[in-house]
Amino acid sequence: MTREAMEYDVVIVGAGPAGLTTAIKLKQLDPNLSVCILEKGSEVGAHILSGNVFETKALDELIPNWRNEGAPVKTKVSKEKFLFLGKNSSLSWPTWLLPSVQKNHKNYIISLANLCRWLAEQAEKLGVEIFPGFPASEVLYKHDGSVKGVATLDMGLDKEGNKKDTYQEGMELHAKVTVFSEGCRGHLGKQLIKKFNLAEGKNPQQYGIGLKEIWEVSEQQHEEGLVMHTAGWPLDKKTYGGSFIYHAENRQIYLGYVIGLDYQNPYLSPFDEFQRFKTHPSIRKMFDGGKRISFGARALIEGGVQSLPKMYMPGALLIGCDAGTLNMPKIKGSHTAMKSGLVAAESIIENIKNKADLSIYEKKFKESWAYKELYSARNVKPSFSWGLILGIIFTGIDQILFRGRLPFTLKHKHADHEALKPASQMPKIEYPKPDGKLTFDKTSSVYLTGTNHTENQPVHLRLKDPDLPIKYTLKEYDEPAQRYCPVGVYEIQKEKFVINSQNCIHCKTCDIKEPSQNITWVAPEGGGGPKYGNM
Amino acid sequence: MKILVAVKRVVDYNVQIRVKEDGSGVHTDNVKMSTNPPDDNAVEESVKLKEAGKVKEVVAISVGEDKAQETIRKALAVGADKGIHVKADNYIEPLGIAKILKKIVDKEKPDMVFLGKQAIDDDCNQTGQMLAAMLNWPQATFASKVNLKDKSIEIIREIDEGLETVEVNLPAIVTCDLRLNQPRFASLPNIMKAKKKPMEQIDAKNIGVDLTNRIQQLKVEEPPKRKAGIKVASVAELVSKLKNEAKVI
Repeated sequence: MTREAMEYDVVIVGAGPAGLTTAIKLKQLDPNLSVCILEKGSEVGAHILSGNVFETKALDELIPNWRNEGAPVKTKVSKEKFLFLGKNSSLSWPTWLLPSVQKNHKNYIISLANLCRWLAEQAEKLGVEIFPGFPASEVLYKHDGSVKGVATLDMGLDKEGNKKDTYQEGMELHAKVTVFSEGCRGHLGKQLIKKFNLAEGKNPQQYGIGLKEIWEVSEQQHEEGLVMHTAGWPLDKKTYGGSFIYHAENRQIYLGYVIGLDYQNPYLSPFDEFQRFKTHPSIRKMFDGGKRISFGARALIEGGVQSLPKMYMPGALLIGCDAGTLNMPKIKGSHTAMKSGLVAAESIIENIKNKADLSIYEKKFKESWAYKELYSARNVKPSFSWGLILGIIFTGIDQILFRGRLPFTLKHKHADHEALKPASQMPKIEYPKPDGKLTFDKTSSVYLTGTNHTENQPVHLRLKDPDLPIKYTLKEYDEPAQRYCPVGVYEIQKEKFVINSQNCIHCKTCDIKEPSQNITWVAPEGGGGPKYGNM
Repeated sequence: MKILVAVKRVVDYNVQIRVKEDGSGVHTDNVKMSTNPPDDNAVEESVKLKEAGKVKEVVAISVGEDKAQETIRKALAVGADKGIHVKADNYIEPLGIAKILKKIVDKEKPDMVFLGKQAIDDDCNQTGQMLAAMLNWPQATFASKVNLKDKSIEIIREIDEGLETVEVNLPAIVTCDLRLNQPRFASLPNIMKAKKKPMEQIDAKNIGVDLTNRIQQLKVEEPPKRKAGIKVASVAELVSKLKNEAKVI
């Protein structure tokens, strides 16, 4: 039986900053194009999580008048701090000694989820059709092998895949060009990169996990516009990562921690490192007596240009972090993601109107300011594989003296899942117990994400080999899924590997870090997953 | 036959509610909103009756700010034929909503009004009952099963003692329980079609009823935090604690 199908000029998968920018730009260039966006979250913004200190360059190009159109981009960065933390000490790094990419004085502290909600309104005004709650679950191909479009997931299946009373067959969306903007480690993007060999000749992609909380604090603790980053404690010198602390509007602080997923110790728990980080004397004082109001986590791209795959294939484009356009040293990806969306839209118009080959997208992207900035940032992350101290020294030389123009490119040698060392070779880590005021457990945290998945549906975290976790991963690595998952989806109970998939917040860390690549994240039934507010 | 079905836009049931610091209410900015769950059951049942050929038209109505139209569109996407949006920016108590609904009933002349048993935001559980009184129609509340006959409707209600079957003459008010049915998903083509279905818009101020709220809300606050539990060593200790500390046995 054939599924119902709808025809569009352009179908976009994912209503994040890149996808929404593409849609808006397409309609600005040609109002007659039919454009639709599929979004797995129950509403636009529900699955968006980001720091976020926002550089407006791409937004200026997309909607020059955004200041008068009510864009939720309001809190200017007014002050910056960078701290190196020891266990009880902190050393403030003079901001004039920071590489210029880490300076933020023209930027804004925003909620990216709110910016996406606003962009969605702008897109809908232009006639873009946005369908939240409909995950694209399958790529469709034409006979010649080119991408034909996507299909939405069947809804109303039970655990075993049988049809329930509410069963609703998925439908096909066909497009002249399909744009994949699922964000970091998109599950369709991953399939496309493999099928079309897009990563050939590139370094393995590098990822990090970002955890974020929003706190409401007292007026005395709050300094609107303050942007603060830290490196060092509680991470050891071999682990790449650090914190961000952004003082936003309404006495809120956006607080987060990013850890490179190339960490070696299977006992490391990113969630608990984040909780422990808050207990540092120079951090604690900002939050004591305050209230944590949101929690979430999401994997992010750290590979840069060395790992950036080919961004086009017959009939489709990869944009934003579905390809991997985040600028790691800058700790920003929204502006480059949006720029890739702008370039994608211009290229699609040329493709549809003048039959230009989709390869012009990559060519144009490489000529853009976004690529230039990624290129000059390329050596920072790999230099930290030599450890924190050497990484900092090298980055100083590379970014301050040479401004990213050193005549060589360092490589990322391993994929993140290859970085773990056997548990027997690594020290166990004892994390302090949460106090329920400043530090919390996973259970109370997942509650704040509002995540939910209809109970009786197929498990969306699939094991290639269901016996592997107990037989191999538990023995060799003490099953790190128990720790790298920020919301406790994976548990070992009485020699059994339990997957609490209803708690999943779609961060994709398991899909990345599982040492044997045994876990595959697929899209669950529409509307499932977190319900983030102003993350 | 014709059914008027009332739907309300509320904070999604998965969202953890946050009380405003000044105690004036709860935060709703950038919070995911959805149709009140039992209202989904009311819509589903109306559409089922229509599909069974027993009902000809289903009209969905919502009272609220502009975004309440999204809630109406969702009802249209799963099978309602027409929408009515009564625009009101402020909170209106169940009494005011019932008055508005009565006016709409006078105009639309449905044979039945289906509502959710209560809304999950204020938990009032009053609108259906008040509307029945104003219209002087019979009411059947907490329906967990519905059987529509020629001139009456039989419903089963889940009550403390078991199941109660009542039959009321039409026209009637039916309020729906969560176990009545399993609401369907809206399909993409139906969401598209719903955008083209008619939606009437009326300003609540022009409806000609007194909407003054009668209840003054003094303060909204979070319930006290639950104390952590303790582990007891033996049954004897548990019994003694239940007797002497908790004083429940």
